[in-house]
Parts: sequence; structure tokens; C-alpha cells
Amino acid sequence: MRDGRLALTIVLTLVFAFLYVPIGVLVALSFNEGGLPTAWSGFSFKWYAALAHNGAILQAALNTLIVALASTAVATVLGTLLALGIEMRRRKSRGLEALIFAPMIIPDIVLAIALLSMFAMLDVTMGLHTIAASHVVFNLAFVAAVVRARLKSFDWSMIEASTDLGATGFTTFRRVTLPAIAGSVVAGALIAFTLSVDEFIIAFFTAGAGRASITLPMQIYSMLRFGITPEINALATLVIAVSVVALTLSQRFNRGMVG
Amino acid sequence: MSARPVLSLEAVTKRFGAVAAVDGVSLAIRENEFFALLGPSGCGKTTLLRMLAGFETPSAGQILLDGEDISPLPPNKRPLNLMFQSYALFPHMSARANIAYGLEMERLPKAEIDARVAAIVAATHLEAYADRKPEQLSGGQRQRVALARALVKRPRVLLLDEPLGALDKKLRGAMQIELKRLQSEVGITFVVVTHDQEEALVMADRVAVLKDGRLRQCGSPHEVYERPADRFVADFIGVTNFLAGRIADGGVLVDGLGLVRGAVATGLAAGAAAVAAVRPERLSLVRAGSAAPDNALSGTVVAAAYHGLDVQLHVATPLSAAPVLVRLTAADAEAAPLSPGTAVTLGWSAADTRVFAA
Repeated sequence: MRDGRLALTIVLTLVFAFLYVPIGVLVALSFNEGGLPTAWSGFSFKWYAALAHNGAILQAALNTLIVALASTAVATVLGTLLALGIEMRRRKSRGLEALIFAPMIIPDIVLAIALLSMFAMLDVTMGLHTIAASHVVFNLAFVAAVVRARLKSFDWSMIEASTDLGATGFTTFRRVTLPAIAGSVVAGALIAFTLSVDEFIIAFFTAGAGRASITLPMQIYSMLRFGITPEINALATLVIAVSVVALTLSQRFNRGMVG
Repeated sequence: MSARPVLSLEAVTKRFGAVAAVDGVSLAIRENEFFALLGPSGCGKTTLLRMLAGFETPSAGQILLDGEDISPLPPNKRPLNLMFQSYALFPHMSARANIAYGLEMERLPKAEIDARVAAIVAATHLEAYADRKPEQLSGGQRQRVALARALVKRPRVLLLDEPLGALDKKLRGAMQIELKRLQSEVGITFVVVTHDQEEALVMADRVAVLKDGRLRQCGSPHEVYERPADRFVADFIGVTNFLAGRIADGGVLVDGLGLVRGAVATGLAAGAAAVAAVRPERLSLVRAGSAAPDNALSGTVVAAAYHGLDVQLHVATPLSAAPVLVRLTAADAEAAPLSPGTAVTLGWSAADTRVFAA
């Protein structure tokens, strides 16, 4: 029995090591003064400072922020309405559900090619707006999934109660429905934001030509051609930090611990 | 109690596909009345209530409030309020904010809202809990918040869907009295839906018994208990013993027993299948030497259950598999040995016998 537990502990440790040691090394190296992956020469923020003076990276960061905020805003509104719509007429729309969640499962590369083809066919000039629009496609599915999970335990008679007490449909939505599901809406938005920040393939395909609409993951990819620099480590560490903070907040909102 | 109806239902019917959930129900609910819609689950009582609130539209018939057809009015324009079975409290608002919500929808001045909320909070004994969120309240407190939230609007009629259904038994008894007190205090007509016949008898001024979407009987608790309209009502309200037989001159001819005397309603033809019904408390023990009752039945005691004031006897008879139930006063029961196996003769008068079509 004890041997079994010990073996399990070892396996678990190995699995977690496999998952997190590379990330740990990357984070550690971003603080390595000397910049060599082979030798630790002291703790320093100099690579972060270097980032702050790199115009290309700052532009990419700004682009990423614009895309993430725009796609999150649109996806949150549409995803929430979609979740409400599906749950309200659940019995009538079994097939619809599968269609909505397909973007979560379809490989990114397929989605990327499909979106690129569509934009080309419609003769749309590509740029940040096409990346943002493309991100809405999968973000919407994630927001809808998170909000729907909350709606499973929603007491729909609250909506009737609000109507019965004299409220119009819009007032009911604003004062009863939305506050009751607000935690899950924020949680869904934070997940969407995270997904958008580090999305590469779709952004790469739908950004169009030139450097004007390059996002952070694309910037990192282009920098990699010259080898992994400590600057890339620092940038990756920042992306990790943003993702961890957003996802932690998302979980807290979803459990109703905040808001 | 004035006789003017507040709410009139005229042949109201609601069909879902081919099924009529409510089938031609006509009722007149009077001013200031505590009215109960009673029936087993699936009898259409909740659908009827939802039509009054405006959440369902009748397929046929009319609903009149103070003589005017309210069918075109949506729920938020009807001067009726519904207390939901689940209470449907808004979880992100305090009890006080829940109660004020309906008045805010009327865009009343803040001072008036505060005053009316404070008054109803006091009337429902919620002062100590008014600033708590619903999740911090007990079931009984939530129920009172739901009640206060609907009552504070001063509706013409308050509709209550199984208002005591979620409470435990002891609390339910206390709340039955409490609801009745509140109703007479605020002077608002109450229409309550319940499947619990005891609850309906205790609280209501009048009871409408529904079955399969149809109205079976409407009357005071005393009327529906003492003079049930048909076999279903007799069985559903309280406890009744049934003896099956055929209509004969002056009663029901029961195989193996003979004629059970009782008044036969016109419309029941001689020879038609019928039942003679008698309430357990109308049966008494026939002792040797006493005057012969109108009707008598012999059997063997199977069990005697002591309930304090009275004793319930289960008596096996050759007439049916189900035992005959008898309710004796404790004093009557003490006068004779009633241990299981004792042979007894039960007697009752023709006036206490009801005859129904089988």
C-alpha cells in the first residue's frame, strides 16, 4: 500500500516537472543578468528594461491589447446573449448548440485558413480589425460556454417574478438577469482576453502583409529567427503573468467570490 | 364579505396541443376572499393561476377583473401579483431591495417606497433580517420576503403558488394561520394554489376542487367536506369509506351486505353501479341491546391507533380488501375492548351516507 502511494507520488512529481520545469527555466532566465542560457550570472531586470525600449515590441504589445480588448468586448456581448438565447429555448435548438461550440474544437489552422479565404473572397483589407473579428469567432464560443454553465442553475422564475412586479423586459435584463449572471460574464470575458492575447495561428493568417498589424506572439516568432534571446524570455514571462492573473480572476468571478 | 366578484373566470380553457390542461372552468372569486384552487398534481390548478397572472393565454373563455377583460394585458400591466413556489427572490439584492423592487417599477417617490416597505417588513416580522441577502435567510424567512414583495404592491388579487410547499411540516401549520391573519389585515383577495387538502380547508373561505382540468366542486370547506359533489371529491378531501354496489330503492345494494340506506340523488338510475360513502367519524360501535342503526356492518379489528383525542380503528370486512376506517372519541373507545381480533359491529345513519356514481 505504501509502495503504491510512493510510486504515485513519483509519477505525479515527474508529470508536474514535465509541465512546469521548462516554464520555470524560462522565467528564471528572463532575470539572468548575463543573458546566457548556460550560466547564471546574477539577478537583474535589465532585459525587462530592454523590452521597454524596443519600439517593435511595444507596438506589437499595443496591437495585441487592441485586438484582445476589441474581440473580448464583442465576444462577451454576443456570447452572453447567445447563452441566454440557447438556455431560454433549450428544447427547440439541440442542433444549434453543436454549431456554436464547433469553433472551440475545430483546429486553429483550419479556422485560420477558412477565415483567410473568406476575407480574401470578400476582398477585405486585412489588419488588426480582421484579427479581432477572427478572434471573436472562438472567443464567443468560450464566453457562451462559461455563461451557459452558470445559467444551468439559474432560477428562470426570477424573470417572471420581475415581470410580475411590473418590470419591462429590458429592466428585467438590466436589474435581475445580468446582475445574477455577472460573475460568469466577467469570467468568460477574462478567458476570452487570455485566449486572444496569446493566439498565434489565426492572427498570423489574418493580419495581412507588413508589420503594421503584428501582434506579440507574431513578434516573438519573428524574433526567434535570431535565436532565443533573454528579451524573448522576459516578454514570455510577462505574457504568462497576464494569463495567470486573468485566469485566476476568472475562476474567482465564476465561483462568485468577487463581485 | 360582499358578494361582488373581483375576479370572474368564464369557461376558461387552456390547451397544450391536444391536451386540455384547463377545461371550461368558470369561477367567481369575491372581494376579500381567501380562495383555494385545490387538486392533485396535473389537475391544471397551476396553469389556471398562470393564466390569471398573465404568463399563459387562455385558448378560450374570458378572465374578468372588476368586470373588465384582462386578457390583452401583459403580466407587468396587471394589478395582480404572484408569489412563486420557488419564491424567485433576486439573489443579488437584500430582502429590503427585493421588497422595494416592485414599487420602484411603479416609479413612486422614494419616501413613499421607504414607508410602504417599512410597513410590510413590520407586518411580516422581517425587521431583523431586512438587510440580509436571500442566501442568508432561512426557508421560512425567504417565504415571508416573497410574500412581502408581492403584498407591498397592494394588488387587487394576490396569487400564491403552493406558498407553503417548501416549508417543513411544523412551520407550515404556523404559516397557515399567519397567512390568514395577514390576509384579513391587509384586506386583499388571496387566490392560493395547493395540492394539500388540509391546508385548503384550514385557510380558505372557499375551495375549488379541480381534477383533469375540470372544476369538480366549489364551496366552503364545510360544504366540500360534508357534501362532496362526487366520488373524487369525497375521496380527495379527508378520508372516506366506500362500499361498492348498485343503486336500489332507498340506497345502494351492496353484495354480501344488503341495502345501505342513504339518499340517492336524482339522475342515478336504479341498477347503475354506485358507491355508498361514509366518513370515519360518522361510524360508531353498535353495542348489544342498543337501538339498531339505519346501516350496520360487521368486521374484525385489525389495528387501533391512539391519537390522543381520538382513536382510529382499522376494521377488516369481507366486503373489500381495504379495511374500513373508524374514528372514535377516546371515551367511546375506552368503553369496549378493541384489541386486534375483536369482532365489532359498526353502525351509521342514513343521513350520513352519501351515494355517488361509481
